[in-house]
Amino acid sequence: MKYEVQENCLTIFLPNELDHHNAEEIRRKSDRLIEKHHIKCVIFDFGETNFMDSSGIGVIMGRYRMVNLLGGEVWAVHANERMKKILVMSGVTKIIQIYEEEHV
Amino acid sequence: MRDTNEMELVFDSISVNEGFARVAVAAFMTQLNPTLEEVADVKTAVSEAVTNAIIHGYEKEVKKIRIHCQLKEQVIYIEVEDYGKGIENVKQAMEPMYTSKPELERSGMGFSFMEAFMDEISVVSEPGKGTLVKMQRKIGKGRELWTTQSL
Repeated sequence: MKYEVQENCLTIFLPNELDHHNAEEIRRKSDRLIEKHHIKCVIFDFGETNFMDSSGIGVIMGRYRMVNLLGGEVWAVHANERMKKILVMSGVTKIIQIYEEEHV
Repeated sequence: MRDTNEMELVFDSISVNEGFARVAVAAFMTQLNPTLEEVADVKTAVSEAVTNAIIHGYEKEVKKIRIHCQLKEQVIYIEVEDYGKGIENVKQAMEPMYTSKPELERSGMGFSFMEAFMDEISVVSEPGKGTLVKMQRKIGKGRELWTTQSL
């Protein structure tokens, strides 16, 4: 898993499969970075991700809660059709934004 | 021609086995010639059921989880069973967004995902005895017509 901090923005490069097994580590590492760098914007990069279940939704909701208190926001980028379907189905798109490539 | 096939898996309730379980079921179902989306749907549902067994059934104690799969004609029947603490109120547990463990950042969507991705799901649970989740999914819906007609 890779994490990148630029000013007050944290990008989390998600693994191939985002389930309960690796959700714990992402939660721990990203929360440490969010506190240390006063992060206001969290970007979940789905570029390498082909599987996600509701544990992944839990991770997104949790990070949203953290940065939302400071008026921050959460984005999903490079999500394939399957990942978009899961994000939309879960209703999490009401609180996060999906960045669409076409709009570049 | 034989048109049923069965398999059973018993494995430890540790989180690394979530990936193992869904991939094993996915590999078993390939003989039904599923689409990628059908495989992804079943994998997600299996992952949810196994995660529930680990987090809620055994509360991270290491015990055994059993998966039983049966292919019958074009339907896959999946059972995921644990022998853990069971669910007091199954109806409440299945409500979207309900979670008994908010401190673990569970989204409360496990059963909703299983319902969304499978055709049918039922849950039998007894406190102190364990939980059995039964799910089924027809593979190849809307694709089967011409083969039968042409014969």
